[in-house]
Formats: sequence, C-alpha cells, structure tokens
Amino acid sequence: MNGTTNWPAIAMFAAFVAITLGITRWAARRTRTAADFYAAGGGITGFQNGLAIAGDFMSAASFLGISAQIYADGYDGLIYSIGFLVGWPIVLFLIAERLRNLGRYTFADVASFRFAQTPVRCFAAVSTLLVVLFYLIAQMVGAGQLIRLLFGLPYPYAVAIVGVMMTLYVLFGGMIATTWVQIVKAVLLLGAASFIAAAVLWRFGFSPEALFARAIEVKTAAASAAGATPIEAQAAGRAIMGPGGFIKDPVSALSLGLALMFGTAGLPHILMRFFTVPNAKAARSSVLWATGWIGYFYILTFVIGFGAIVLVATDPSYLTPGGALRGGGNMAAMHLSHAVGGDLFLGFVSAVAFATILAVVAGLTLSGASAVSHDLYASVLRRGRADQAAELRVSRVTVLVLALVAIALGILFEQQNVAFMVSLAFALAASANFPVLILSLLWPGCTTRGVVAGGAVGLSLALGLTILSPAVWVSVLGNAQAIFPYGSPAIFSMPAAFFTIWLVSRLDTSGRAAVDRAGYPAQRIRSETGIGAAGASAH
Amino acid sequence: MASTEPGIEGLAHDPRYQRLVRRRGRLSWLLTALMLVTYLGFILLVAFAKPLLAQPIAGGATTLGIPLGLGVIAVAIALTGFYVRRANAEFDHDVDALAGEHRP
Repeated sequence: MNGTTNWPAIAMFAAFVAITLGITRWAARRTRTAADFYAAGGGITGFQNGLAIAGDFMSAASFLGISAQIYADGYDGLIYSIGFLVGWPIVLFLIAERLRNLGRYTFADVASFRFAQTPVRCFAAVSTLLVVLFYLIAQMVGAGQLIRLLFGLPYPYAVAIVGVMMTLYVLFGGMIATTWVQIVKAVLLLGAASFIAAAVLWRFGFSPEALFARAIEVKTAAASAAGATPIEAQAAGRAIMGPGGFIKDPVSALSLGLALMFGTAGLPHILMRFFTVPNAKAARSSVLWATGWIGYFYILTFVIGFGAIVLVATDPSYLTPGGALRGGGNMAAMHLSHAVGGDLFLGFVSAVAFATILAVVAGLTLSGASAVSHDLYASVLRRGRADQAAELRVSRVTVLVLALVAIALGILFEQQNVAFMVSLAFALAASANFPVLILSLLWPGCTTRGVVAGGAVGLSLALGLTILSPAVWVSVLGNAQAIFPYGSPAIFSMPAAFFTIWLVSRLDTSGRAAVDRAGYPAQRIRSETGIGAAGASAH
Repeated sequence: MASTEPGIEGLAHDPRYQRLVRRRGRLSWLLTALMLVTYLGFILLVAFAKPLLAQPIAGGATTLGIPLGLGVIAVAIALTGFYVRRANAEFDHDVDALAGEHRP
C-alpha cells in the first residue's frame, strides 16, 4: 500500500479499462449527431440517468474523504455529507423539468432562452469553465495521490493515465460513453460500499448501537494511551457521537449550507445530464433515483467510517508507529476493505476508486467542452449557423485542450492544498448559475443586462471572497490572518447576485430589455408544459 | 423565440393551464421551503445546540444526533418521492390533455 506495485488492483483496473473501452467503441458507432455527442440522443431512461447522476456526483473524494472524516471525528462527517444530499430535492422542485423542457445541450440554452445570445452565453461559458476547472483540479490531484498509493504508480503517470482515459471516453464516445461509464462506476461503487458496510455490521450482529459502543471504547482507549485522564478520555470517546469542530461559527455553517444546497442546482455537468432523457417526466424520475442512491451511499459511508474506527484503528498493521493511518488520512476506507475482504477485495475497491475518478472527470470534461463548442463557437461565434460537423470538431479539440490543461494543472498543484476547490465550485455555482437560472425561468421582468451583471457579480464575489478566506489566504498563500473570516462566501455572494439581477433589470430601459420581457409568456408555457420542446432524438 | 401560434396563445388563457401552473408552483415552493427549513434547522442545531445532539438515547451509545441526521436524509428522499408521485398522478395528466388540444 505504500507505493509498492499492487498487482491484483492493477489486474482489476485493467479489466475495468477493457470494459469501458468496449463501451466507448460501441458508443462511438452510435455517436453521429451533435445530439448524440452532447445528450446521448435523449435516449437515456430516468432510472439509467438517476444512476449516471449518482455516478457523476459520488466522487472518490466523497467516498474516501467523508469516511476518513468520520474515522477521525465521527459525527461531523455525517453533517458534511448531508449538505451534499439536500441540494437534490431543490434541483427537482425548481429546475429539472423546466430545464429539460427548454434546453437541448447546455444550461446556457435555458439561461439565454429569451435573452440576447452573445452576452448570456459568454457569461455561462466563463462560469461553466471556472466551475469545471476547479472541480477538475481537485479530482486530478486527488486521483494522482490516490493512484500513487493504491497502484504504486508515480504521481505524474497517474495523472496522465486519468487524463488519457477520460479523453478517450469523451472524444470518441461523447455523452453515450460518459453515461455508461458513470452507470458502471455507480453500480460498482454502490456494490463495494454495500459489501463493506454489511461486513462491518455483520460483526456486530447488525446492531448499529453495538458498533457505536465499540467505536467509543476504541476512541476512549486511544485517548487514554495518549495520556489523557480517565474523565478526559471518556469525553474524547463520546465526542465522536455528536457535533464537534466541523461547525466553527454559525455564519460559516449557514454559508456552506447554502452553497451546497443551491450549488447542486447550478453545477453545469450535473444540469447537462437532464438533456439525456426524453422528457420532463424522465428528468423527474432521474432525480428521485439519484437522491435515493446518493442518500443510501452517504449512510453507507457513515457505517464505513465507524467500521474503520473499530477495525482499522485497532490493527497495528494499518498504522504507522506513531498511530496514524498508513498512506495518509484518506486511506481509512481502503484499509477497512482489506480488513473485511483481504488482498483481492482491496484490489477490487482500489480499481473502483480509480473508476470513480474517471467517471467524474469524464462528465466534467464533456461539460467544459460543450460550453466552448456549443455556447461559444456555435451560438456566439457562428450565431447559430455552424454546421454540426464543425461544431463537433471544435468540441473534440476542446476535449483535448481541457485534458492537457487538467494534466498540467494536476501536476502543478501536486503539493498544494486543494481541499477548498470543490466547495469553491459549489459556491460559484450557487452564486452565479443558480440565481441566473431561477430568475430567468421565473421572473418576467428579468433582462439580458440583469442576468449578465448579476451573474458576473456572483461569480467574482464568490471567487474573490474565497481567495481572501482562511482556506486560500492563510493555508495556500501563507498570510497570517484571513481578510474574509468565514469558511464559505455563498451567504454574501448569492444574495448579491439575486439583488444585482433584480436592480439592473429594473433599471434596464434598453430596447433589448423590452424584447426580453416580451419573450417571457412563450418561454413560460414551454417550460411548464414542454409543448414545443426539443424532441428525444435528432434522428 | 417568441411564439405567436394561435394554439399557444390560447393556452396561456386556458383556465386549466393557469390552474396547473398555480398548483404545481405552490407545491414546488412549499416543498422547497420544507427542505430549506429541515436542513437549515439541522445546521442551526449543530451550531447552537451541540449538547442536545450529543445526548445519548436511553443511556446507550447512540445519540439523538444520529436519528436526526439520518432523518434529514430520509426527509430529502421522502419529499422528492412525494413530488414525483403528485406529478405523475396529476400534473402529467393535465399537461397531456392541454398539449392534445393546443397543438402549436
């Protein structure tokens, strides 16, 4: 596990690669039109899309990171994971069906529906690329470190393999291959996590109470061994069963909560998945399936984290002489899979973790590429008159460029603390894309200038405040004290975006504003009923 | 993209369409508010009532925070399921009827 080559893991990963390349080959033969490439021809069912969304959303970071957080602090990890789930009902109630009824390939189709195309599409493309890039860097750095540990590959090779694989999927198989890679990965990850959690619970007669009691004993004994008095040790043991240091101040807590809750409804690679289903009804059922699978997955990670306290922290072979986890804090779930299933199962779970990263980065890359080819090239540069072949060519070139950028940044950021990047991506999505989408969908008075100004304010405020916050200003840039004291910017940047859109739209007396407002009734009817919506398939 | 087909124009003034949009809108916002209150209420408990969440249930190892936290997950799935049921049973039917009469 410490950088030695792990052959069973490599063999099982090779099997995964062979299967997914087979899928890609099959998908490539079915990818003829732009609708196939961006939206799998609209031919994915609600159940399949629900699994693919879960596969897109359950990253290696949440599997390894949240179980590691529970291993270290107990209950706090559950608080964090709940934040990632509660955005899904919001997506369903406010966004999913309207998005499917109005759009074809990207969320910008919807945000710019009744507005001037060039400014709104440019904003949406910038915002998509920023969200995708931050999310991608976090995944690449995590992938490099994980794969170096699990497979014994050098960091740059690991990052390059991830980059090359995701390029193959997206370049040749487009959305069809991306969807099926995500579905395969979701099934593998849910299966592996279910097995680990069941194996842990089985040892405790399927009694969570017995598992928790044993975990408290382990933590109490560890505190005693570290020199705590019996009373302190008992308090340390019990501390894992309640909230601890995760929530530092109420403002940061609410702000992160808002970013997670509304950010999900503004993540471009997630929104794009709603164009792969034939109609609003299937979009709706995909969210129900996704919410169910993701909620189930977070319950499993909770059991896995406690299982690691009981089975990993008590076994010296998984620990360094100092008592820390071998291979670093994120390895709790990996050691646990060895503890319950031996070498072969560890190899399997390692391959699943690798697959997990590939499925997430493929979805991100496709979303970034479509922002460039569909929004910037076809809609802005060619004013909607690009032919499909040229648009797809631009998309594929962008995939290559994005992959190179992702590999380069992944290597560049190897030694950096990138933990803030995923929550930054959520904050950007909640502060820019979500207000723009909601007001353009639901407020007749909204205008082109309003959404562009408000989106820009939300984007730059979320980015600027994050740079001034402790996670970047202190941890990355090494300053003594943060200028912005809170953990997340959303509580300020999201209302600022809503307010700016409202104010600028109200003050907008341009001729375009009159067109924007006049376009609302027709947009409203189509968004509510789907009458006139883009069909399931272009062929 | 403003459409001026008579079918669509007629739809905007159809009382059944107006009723559908009103009812569905009310349900969406109600469920959104329920989710927001549930989650932000949980976060406020975490911020201001840590001892309450750390309170053991019946003297055991399990604390009140466990069912409350898992409860938020259950509420998220239940609200989603409730909306999908209502939409499948009621709204789709209305949309199909309207779409049949107001072909653009």
